[in-house]
Amino acid sequence: MRVIAWLVEGTWPACVDAVRAHAPEDAEVVLLHVSAADVPGVAHGAFAGLLGRGHRRGHAPGDGWERDPGDQVADLGDASAAELLAAAAARLGRPCTPLERAGRVEREVVKAADDADLLVLARDGDRDRLGPRSLGPAVRFAVDHAPCPVLLVWPEAAPDLTTLPPPPPPHPHGPPPPP
Amino acid sequence: MCGHRRPRPEDRALNTPLAESLSVVLLVAVLAWAVVRPFGWPEAALAVPAAAVAVAAGAIGTDHARAEVVRLAPVVGFLAAVLVLAHFCDVEGLFRACGAWTARWARGRPVRLLTAVFALASAITAVLSLDATVVLLTPVVFATAARTGVRPKPHVYACTHLSNTASLLLPVSNLTNLLAFAASGLSFTRFAALMALPWLVAIGAEYVVFRRFFARDLAASAPAPGTGEPPAMPVFALITVGCTLAGFVLASTFGVEPAWAALAGALVLAGRALVRREATALGVVRAAAPAFLAFVLALGVVVRAVVDNGLADALGHVLPGGTGLLALLGTAAVAAVLANLINNLPAVLVLLPLTAPAGPGAVLAVLLGVNIGPNLTYAGSLATLLWRRIVHQHDHGVDLKEFTRLGLLAVPAALVPAVVALWGALRIV
Repeated sequence: MRVIAWLVEGTWPACVDAVRAHAPEDAEVVLLHVSAADVPGVAHGAFAGLLGRGHRRGHAPGDGWERDPGDQVADLGDASAAELLAAAAARLGRPCTPLERAGRVEREVVKAADDADLLVLARDGDRDRLGPRSLGPAVRFAVDHAPCPVLLVWPEAAPDLTTLPPPPPPHPHGPPPPP
Repeated sequence: MCGHRRPRPEDRALNTPLAESLSVVLLVAVLAWAVVRPFGWPEAALAVPAAAVAVAAGAIGTDHARAEVVRLAPVVGFLAAVLVLAHFCDVEGLFRACGAWTARWARGRPVRLLTAVFALASAITAVLSLDATVVLLTPVVFATAARTGVRPKPHVYACTHLSNTASLLLPVSNLTNLLAFAASGLSFTRFAALMALPWLVAIGAEYVVFRRFFARDLAASAPAPGTGEPPAMPVFALITVGCTLAGFVLASTFGVEPAWAALAGALVLAGRALVRREATALGVVRAAAPAFLAFVLALGVVVRAVVDNGLADALGHVLPGGTGLLALLGTAAVAAVLANLINNLPAVLVLLPLTAPAGPGAVLAVLLGVNIGPNLTYAGSLATLLWRRIVHQHDHGVDLKEFTRLGLLAVPAALVPAVVALWGALRIV
């Protein structure tokens, strides 16, 4: 059995704990982190917007005012992703394979889950108002398109039953028509 | 509505239609070169010869060209001093220390970190220019967020937005401001006093938009254990920057060019780095970005040729006259649109001669437009954006729809109240 846990900054400990609790002892565990390309991309863009500064082209590393902040952000992102995966592996405490990808996050996740038997991910939406929006677009995409079963976990303790909204009022003319 | 017409220059050698087309061709070539950068050559490599051609062919009279260079030279010197100051603040470790302070204050909580990043990026942009925020602060903010277990996206986006929006306060914050400052005839302190309220209002509007737009990313946090040793406080750099700011106020009180205060601050920090062998003389010169300075001077001459040769009349009909609230709003809107089409540097050079006769209010409204406007297109202008899309440079990842949606919310939300605040400030201050 191959279990993939998709780890995101801010919510990853819950995914690791879910793998520990629910994945069989002999399962092959893959810890996946996807670096979003948009953050370095925005830094590249802001740099390109500074017209006339004589920046170097391509990937020649400049220094001083010629140093592209997007390149630095990309390098820092690689380093912090490696740290996150190392911290997650330590928290998991059993053999696992770290996997680092870069690109459109939700698509990379679905692609990586191609040969998996279980995808573990955490809610990333607005969890103050429980409902459709408690899933953000990336998690929504992964839940809809994952080619395997999905284990969706709460980043914090799961809400108890007191958070249920009141039931809708009974319809005056019998049960509502089917949607 | 009335246009501001400039007297036609009398000393040109070319007849009007020929001079008009030549100057427009030269300007388009200079801007296209600056965006495309053939062979990776600096922007000045075409801009300087183009300015020489404009003068030699008589598209701009020699006395107009000389007047333009004389007007721009102090601005360019001021800019060079600020760039050197910011560069050596980085060498002294100011930006790393700022990252560590925000991390400690935020304690791994994303909303607190966003608030701290807003305060920090606004202060850095205002005092050390937008170049410092884009080039020096953005990587530090990313590293701070990543180290404290916070999603970096809202904070990095905040840096890019604030490098524009928070560059309203002081003449040194943005090259566009320096150009307008020279044209407006305002003193340093009066400029700052008039822009303080629009600056605060625009930053506040951005903050509200960011809190809502990035609510999901700001709700997630997994505090990382320990943020490491706090780095040493760069006392010398802080004192130098503080004294430079005080120097601006003193200089403008006594009628001295505030550029001298910037020069003094830059020399102190650069001199210290030289004495401690942390920098070479060549390094100091490169910190002043000489190719950029040459580009600004040459671009100024070429734009002046275009303005003299008919653009003044054409745009004069588009720009509203006067300094009523509606006129200011219209001026800022035209400036924002123009900045998004062709980058804010040529936009402000074109609009300044047209608005300067209407007084400082109109000039400052132009600044609000060209400084806040570029947040709509993430590479500063549509021209740069299109070119980067054509060559697929670095940009595979940016979600253009998302960035534009953020810009469409943030730009009007910041620009309109900022113009209203400027209108109010013009009546109070």
